[in-house]
Amino acid sequence: MTVDQQDSASHVARHSSEPARPGFAPPRRKPRKQRGPRWLPGLVLVSPSLILIGVFVYGFLGWNVRVSFTNWRGLSPKYHFVGFDNYAALLRDERFRADVRNLIVFTVVFVAGAMLLGFFMAMLLDRGVRGEGFLRGVYLFPMAISFIATAIVWRWLLDNGEGQDTAGINKLLADVGLGFLRSDWHKSDSIWAISAVALPAGWALSGYVMALFLAGMRGVNETLRESARMDGASETQIFWHVVRPALRPVTFSALLIMVHISLKTFDLLYALDQGNLRIDTPSLYMWFTTFDGGFYDRGATIATVLLLGVAFVVGPYVWYSLRTERR
Amino acid sequence: MWKGRLAIVTILFVSLLAGLSMFTVRGASNDQLEVYSWWTGPGEEEGLAAMAKSFEGANPGVRFVNAAVSGGAGSNAKAILASRLLANDPPDSYQRHAGLELLDDVRSGKVQDLSDMYREQDWTKVFPKGLVNNLTIDGKIYAVPVNIHRANLIWYSPKALKELGLAGPPKTWAEFLQQADVIKAKGKTPLAVGPEWTQKHLMETVLLGELGADKYERLWSGGISWLSPDVTSALDVYTKVLATSDVKSAAGDWQPQLDKVFSGSAVYAVMGDWSSSYLEQSKKLAYKTDYDVAASPGTDGVYDFLSDSFTLPTGARRPDLARKWLIECGSTAGQNLFNPLKGSIPARTDADAALYHGYLEWALQQWRDPKMRIVGSLTHGVVANNAYNAEIDSALGLFVQHGDQGKFARTVEQQYRETQ
Repeated sequence: MTVDQQDSASHVARHSSEPARPGFAPPRRKPRKQRGPRWLPGLVLVSPSLILIGVFVYGFLGWNVRVSFTNWRGLSPKYHFVGFDNYAALLRDERFRADVRNLIVFTVVFVAGAMLLGFFMAMLLDRGVRGEGFLRGVYLFPMAISFIATAIVWRWLLDNGEGQDTAGINKLLADVGLGFLRSDWHKSDSIWAISAVALPAGWALSGYVMALFLAGMRGVNETLRESARMDGASETQIFWHVVRPALRPVTFSALLIMVHISLKTFDLLYALDQGNLRIDTPSLYMWFTTFDGGFYDRGATIATVLLLGVAFVVGPYVWYSLRTERR
Repeated sequence: MWKGRLAIVTILFVSLLAGLSMFTVRGASNDQLEVYSWWTGPGEEEGLAAMAKSFEGANPGVRFVNAAVSGGAGSNAKAILASRLLANDPPDSYQRHAGLELLDDVRSGKVQDLSDMYREQDWTKVFPKGLVNNLTIDGKIYAVPVNIHRANLIWYSPKALKELGLAGPPKTWAEFLQQADVIKAKGKTPLAVGPEWTQKHLMETVLLGELGADKYERLWSGGISWLSPDVTSALDVYTKVLATSDVKSAAGDWQPQLDKVFSGSAVYAVMGDWSSSYLEQSKKLAYKTDYDVAASPGTDGVYDFLSDSFTLPTGARRPDLARKWLIECGSTAGQNLFNPLKGSIPARTDADAALYHGYLEWALQQWRDPKMRIVGSLTHGVVANNAYNAEIDSALGLFVQHGDQGKFARTVEQQYRETQ
């Protein structure tokens, strides 16, 4: 996941760091004879990574799709073709249907929450506070903690014991006289239970969204703000009419990064409350059914469905960024 | 042009380095025994180390490689092991729970038949018959049990029971439900539970208590249906028992589940006997005075066991050393080295009883009692294969949410047929 984040982050920053092209060749040297086509050295240079990506990403991806059309169960691989049987079974699978619903609820709450919070924090920092560097670090730090560690801490914070077992956030609320706000968090009976997990997830990643937005806000040319001020615009008007439109690409990137992180969230849920199906998602079901039960066919089918889901989100992003870069 | 050549040279150099490093990994010393387990917790790690040391002492020049993988009560280790077995790159010996957890390995030809070793070592005479029956798959034995744990136990604090005016732990689940009313009236939780697997563990002990050992065994072998009246009424009891528990605010693991009992907010917990070393070593509680334990309601005279066992994988690099290791695992000396440290009892009935104190002394007496009926645990892999067990996990997780018991029974019944 961190690799993806770095990818996307560098993508955001790329526009400003276009490498300078050499304008001319040294005049004294004879133009050297070109052996082989011009693109060949470049291709040779990237070929190791192309081959590795080809085998380890696309090759295994294809293999996974193949397994999803078989009836492979247990430790002896079977490649008997069963058509779309696994997909049909998955559609009828009660646990999978609940998982998809959970994932949608989680994605909506987590992404909206992290985006709003991140945007708000960036806006405050952009106003120029004292100790901005320190605050930036504080907000970004949770991202450096592994999701497993985050989950272990939040397992206690989101404890829903009552009476003398009250602990975590509920205890904090009770101690300051806000006991009526007590919640069962992710163990509540509501179908929204999984949205409680948006708290630790948002805690971990809203700082990252803040950093993205802050970079975007700082990228807005100061002369634009100056001229708006000269025209008598208030700071709010400047924010709305000058800064906000300039943030559209950043918003788009941040949104897609968050959505695809959300779709792939595994470790946080795995460590938070194992086996609690209220916070079960397709990726957890995939893991348990494959490695506990040996249902390799079903696991591969879930993986393929998840891949399609992520492609559905990332596809438009790739298309959009290719189009804007060509311009 | 220099740039191009430099690039090619760099690529060659990098691939050479990569190749070399793979070569060194492969070319490790041949005089070693790689043993794969999930024993990384306190006690069990020391127990394994003691056995490893004794193995190295008996086989000079051989290195014991401990390939243990921690986490998830063995579930992480199982996932990594699955990928190694699929790649036909097994360790020299690996850990599984005794019983049908090994069925897939056996049917896929991943492990070798050890029946000849059992004959050579006369093990069928020193392991109880109930254990040997549960170890046998398709007429053969594929694993050597090192230890025995008991699953059907109910843990409590004798002081707390006295304060509540309860004479003793419940003998039946009906009695438990009566006690539960008294306990609830005093504002305490009658039964503490933990994550999903502990709820399954509870279900297994309720089924055992309500159905009795014979019907319990027939339920797992398909002899009686999940929809039969007996099982339906046992599930009714389970639903009622679960309703008296703190399942809505279940603990995150089995240790905090027990903590609730000994901090006084809950009164009972059903859990396996790995609890005893946790309570004694981590919580510094004394057997009989601070904590006590009894067979779970309705299961007196029945030993619901689980066992860690080791195998001889097909394609092990050193099957000769692996056999020596397995003989140590099954030997009195090996079992006496491991079990007192791990906090379990030896599978052999002739091991030295003087080494086992407190709870373990009682457990060993029960295990050796010839009248004791031995049955296998569901949650810990003895009586159900992995596929069936994982499907029960899904069904139970949904049942705890929606509470539709009929649907749960129908689903599990259907899954039994689909996973055989």
